Amino acid sequence: MATKRAEMSWVRRNRMTLTPLLFLTPGILFFTIYVIIPILQSFNISLYEWDGLGEATFVGIGNYQELMTDRAFEVSLWNNVKWLALYLLAIPAGLLIALFLNQTIVGIRLYKSLFFFPFVLSQVVVGLVFSWFYLPREGLLNAVLGVVGLGPINVLGDPTLATYGIIAAGLWPQTAYCMILYLTGLNAVDPEQIEAGRLDGAKRWRMLWHVILPQLKPATFIAFVVTIIGALRSFDLISIMTNGGPFGSTRVLSFYMFEKALSEYGFRMGYGSAISVVLFLIMLVFIGYFLWSMYQDEKAARR
Amino acid sequence: MFHKVTKAAAALALTTGLVTPAMAELSGTLRIISDMSNPAPRAIMEGMASDFDAMHPDLSVELEVVDREAWKSQIRNALTANPPDVVNWYAANRMGPYVRAGLFEDISDMYTNGDLQGLDSVKGAMTMDGKQYGVPYTYYQWGIYYREDIFNELGLTEPATFDEEIANCQKIVDSGRKCYTIGSKFLWTAGGWFDYMNMRTNGFDFHMKLATGEAEWTSDEVRATFANWRKLIDMGAFIDDHQTYSWQEALPFFVNGEATAYLMGNFVVPHLREAGLGDDQIDFYQFPKIADVPMGEDAPTDTFHIASNAQNKEAARAFLQFVTSPDVQSKINAADGLGQLPVNANASVGDDEFLQQGFNMLSNNATGGIAQFFDRDFPAEMASIGMEGLQEFMVFPDNLEDILNRLESARQRIYK
Repeated sequence: MATKRAEMSWVRRNRMTLTPLLFLTPGILFFTIYVIIPILQSFNISLYEWDGLGEATFVGIGNYQELMTDRAFEVSLWNNVKWLALYLLAIPAGLLIALFLNQTIVGIRLYKSLFFFPFVLSQVVVGLVFSWFYLPREGLLNAVLGVVGLGPINVLGDPTLATYGIIAAGLWPQTAYCMILYLTGLNAVDPEQIEAGRLDGAKRWRMLWHVILPQLKPATFIAFVVTIIGALRSFDLISIMTNGGPFGSTRVLSFYMFEKALSEYGFRMGYGSAISVVLFLIMLVFIGYFLWSMYQDEKAARR
Repeated sequence: MFHKVTKAAAALALTTGLVTPAMAELSGTLRIISDMSNPAPRAIMEGMASDFDAMHPDLSVELEVVDREAWKSQIRNALTANPPDVVNWYAANRMGPYVRAGLFEDISDMYTNGDLQGLDSVKGAMTMDGKQYGVPYTYYQWGIYYREDIFNELGLTEPATFDEEIANCQKIVDSGRKCYTIGSKFLWTAGGWFDYMNMRTNGFDFHMKLATGEAEWTSDEVRATFANWRKLIDMGAFIDDHQTYSWQEALPFFVNGEATAYLMGNFVVPHLREAGLGDDQIDFYQFPKIADVPMGEDAPTDTFHIASNAQNKEAARAFLQFVTSPDVQSKINAADGLGQLPVNANASVGDDEFLQQGFNMLSNNATGGIAQFFDRDFPAEMASIGMEGLQEFMVFPDNLEDILNRLESARQRIYK
């Protein structure tokens, strides 16, 4: 018996380990080349002063010291915080619409598609539509405000309002996204549990809070992940609607990084990399949390 | 004997070749990347490439036209990886990064050996550290385009001084209109206003000192410039909400007569004509005099350069010579072509009232000097921080102190 086992080729003996490794190789390879190595390179470049063409000079943490005193960076960081906090409104809003649409009446499919529609649109189109909506003279918003007797406002031209105006535009497709996640989740809600809850006298909020929401936990988790990531990588709406203006008041970190490193007036590669490193570290907090909680779930499931 | 004859013939051929390089037969491929992507310039560029191709039977010209805005960031990759022979770019400080990185070919010898005749007046814009790195192919004037019909209706005439300008503007504002339209969303239009306010208040030389980092943003001179500018802002001369509009979105105010003037480059004229304004409704005047200093003007110049790593430099040089020759210059800058000003002194200016006025102004009445434009004269980073401050000033003039301090600390960091 022992000899027979030795006769089996090495590949055959180890195929339980080899097969998954083989399948993983292309993924790992590309992930390393296109994700891991560039991240390390960014860390490295952020220690240099480099215009992308000539020689790079080592400046240590000079770029980070400059960031500490850069007011534009501070504004961008705060805007990122605003995006993170307000973008999360998409989750309850999506849940509300999903609960509202989760019924069987004539034409419900049509209503569902109408609500889902903004998510299908490209961000560029959403940005354009909203910037027309906000136009100071011809815009629909000011027409409506005029009817109720409120003065015209220039949302995107006012440094205190502009960021909120863009976030509102971003919430439109994001709410639709969360709604779809919850609609699929609601399909999987166990009718027997609802029936049992009803027999025990649970109604409205108690039913929602204690019976339905716990069953929607996976959907909530995914909605949370995509919304956080969506908020941190907000770029296209800002670029389309205000181009970072007026006077830099709507920039977020990703946009500021682009301006400093890659735009017409930029090409400070080191400084841009330093900004992206900061953004990466912020994202890492969330990504770390998501990975940890996914790991906990799997551990619980395996038990 | 036979041997000697061939040698002599070869020597003869060689000398002829040296004396008239343009006649030397060019061969191989000439690769051009152009940013002339708008419809009219594109047609001009394609015409030039095919004409040059037809002139040299053994040479094939490969033209690639890329989007003008995209080119501003693509040029870096294009010049470093597999560089073409000839590229488009801009004059003055804008070519600095590529000159310093050694990516643009030094063509000073073409200027000294007489290959490029008639370019003496524009040579300065192509010069860095005493050497020339390319040729211009077109430029255009900036100035105030105004509604002639509304000026007539209100009984106004073209102002020559800032006091007259303000008096005119007061009458325009009293008639329920705005004096100037502007769209500052993309910032550079505010740079144009600053260029003129500063060149008229402190003179061309001070403006250049500011651009090269020798003058301080918190100096009394700069404050005087902003004080003059503020007079216009405080009287409500500019349209409201201009920070929301691009320069094109600001056009309807002019076309509808809600604003009577536009400080712009000559490229605005075709847009105004397309919008239905006749030549009896639009006219042009030079930005009026403020202090008693020689008048400086903005006249941005677009250029061709040879890449240092070009494969076919001989053909590239011949192409630069071709582009700047008087005939080609007259043809491409004509009113039905680019509709701009030719760079060669021996070329003829297009038959168009705005081209003629602009040419006249730049030749006779720009004794202070010719600037390129805010974002081409100032280093890129200073320009971007600067224009942001200028836009903020136009919306919130009370923030001036804060803006100037910010620009001054940026100046101290950027010009080391």
